[in-house]
Amino acid sequence: MAGQSENISRSELWGGNGSPFRISYGKQWMWMFLVSDALTFGGLLTAYGFARHQAPSWPIGEETFNAMPFLGNGYPLLYVALMTFILIVSSVTMVLAVEAGHRLDKKGVVKWLLLTVVGGLFFVGSQGWEWYHFIHGTHYGSILTSEGWAVVDYNTANELILRMGRGLTVTGLEAKALFDGATATMQGANLIENEYAPLVPQYANFFFFITGFHGFHVFSGVVFNFIILVNVIRGVYDKRGHYEMVEKVGLYWHFVDLVWVFVFTFFYLL
Amino acid sequence: MERDDLIQDNNYSVSANHDEAHGVLIRKKIWKVTGILTLITVIEVLIGAFIKQYDAAGDDNFLWPYVKVGFLVLTIVKAAYIVLIFMHLGDERKSFKWVILAPYILFIAYLIFICLAESTYWHEVFQGENSINP
Repeated sequence: MAGQSENISRSELWGGNGSPFRISYGKQWMWMFLVSDALTFGGLLTAYGFARHQAPSWPIGEETFNAMPFLGNGYPLLYVALMTFILIVSSVTMVLAVEAGHRLDKKGVVKWLLLTVVGGLFFVGSQGWEWYHFIHGTHYGSILTSEGWAVVDYNTANELILRMGRGLTVTGLEAKALFDGATATMQGANLIENEYAPLVPQYANFFFFITGFHGFHVFSGVVFNFIILVNVIRGVYDKRGHYEMVEKVGLYWHFVDLVWVFVFTFFYLL
Repeated sequence: MERDDLIQDNNYSVSANHDEAHGVLIRKKIWKVTGILTLITVIEVLIGAFIKQYDAAGDDNFLWPYVKVGFLVLTIVKAAYIVLIFMHLGDERKSFKWVILAPYILFIAYLIFICLAESTYWHEVFQGENSINP
């Protein structure tokens, strides 16, 4: 584990008899791929930042994402926090699988890699639910009042609340009057309009594109992990004498977790 | 740079096999980092759920700019732990570390700078009018 403390002469490092980085071909180019993939995600998130920074207003994360499966609304950020935690834990089981591979502990690799696949499936499923919820909008939609667009909501006592943006709310008789005088409604989200940010349709576009692109990465990561798991069970790497393929899919899997850390911050927290 | 499926004796130090005693140390580190990442996520969610972006009058909460910077710092700390410990980039040779990190950081820093500068300008041009739905 002490790559840097190895003292190797320059002539040996750059003499052409091995990698000057002391890293195998496959791992080096997995890293190169990850850098290019990270640039794609960096570009997407920067574009998101561009759109958000120039927009006059932007929906608040904990108001848009406050639902839990089976429980309804009123749980700000809780579900996405759970998703984040599941992905972090599956990253941990991955690194434990890599460690077990370094000890040629086949049983350990199978156990941890299987848990990683299960964690990944949980995450993809959660994202599917989140999309379903985002598209259908089990909120009450948005209405166009004489004071502008308002997101309709009800508090726990079932009283009408209108969210006017910038955290401002209208309640009571005033809300009722605005509600009755509404001239247009909007429900759910698609690529043209969305109830969460009626004036900023690109909000939903960015949500679909970035979380969708990330979700596709998670899905393909699960597939890669599963293929490697089958190989481990078949004893391919035992015969080879090292489990470097587990390390390589591990790098990809950690990268997926890494991207989610940023998506989580920019979409849900900020 | 051999084809890895042909590597007979994999002795690049980071990928080399290790014994159980060494494994115990590595696992201890992994669980420690797990704790740190979980703790940071919990802190982030608590801040996100309890500190509001706007006050009762709809004005900016004076705390919010600090919260924003705090979120960014916590995110980068998390990312650093994942890249350096879980992906073992911290254990690779220094030359490789910089081959991976330096071009990326340079390019993204530049991209963020031009996008924020440009969008600040557009924000001022439209001054509250929405740019896409005029």
